[in-house]
Amino acid sequence: MATEEKKDVATEQGFVYLPLIAGWLVPGAGHFLLRKWGRGALLAASILGMFVTGLAMQGKLHSNPHDILDILSLVGDLGNGLLYFIGRLLGLGADQVQTTVGDYGTRFIVVAGLLNVIAAVDAHNLRTGRKS
Amino acid sequence: MTHFAAVLLFALFASTVFGITMRETPRRMVRYGIYCFVLFVGAAIVLSWVMYFIAR
Repeated sequence: MATEEKKDVATEQGFVYLPLIAGWLVPGAGHFLLRKWGRGALLAASILGMFVTGLAMQGKLHSNPHDILDILSLVGDLGNGLLYFIGRLLGLGADQVQTTVGDYGTRFIVVAGLLNVIAAVDAHNLRTGRKS
Repeated sequence: MTHFAAVLLFALFASTVFGITMRETPRRMVRYGIYCFVLFVGAAIVLSWVMYFIAR
């Protein structure tokens, strides 16, 4: 009983969308804010690992979409939050893809972004009490 | 990196995120993560063989 009340007070304090936004900007940060250290570390390692692997495979970070598939890929890339913007600032993934593995790398980066959005929404669900 | 290594890495990372976000208890997270990993890799192997026979 007392634990439930304590939990309710904790979930009602602060900006409710903070874990969602933090989780989008930095992979795993939403869970870290909620003191879910293990889950946050695994999510961060997975998403960061997929993003870095994608870049190492000479994948492309989308910037100027020309058709609907490019636009969808850009949306996926933006799911990486700060990783995407830092990558763009450093000029990573700017070259044209010329190999099959490079094309796989591009998909790795897009999927990393989509997984990060799933993780951020999970942090939001934990924050609102929809998930424990 | 070989294509199969890329499949394994993809399956590992995606399964980890799916396991953590789609289930509530640690035990069920692990089980669901392993289930997703097996499905990812298994589907890749089956589809690869299907494409191999189609190409012949």
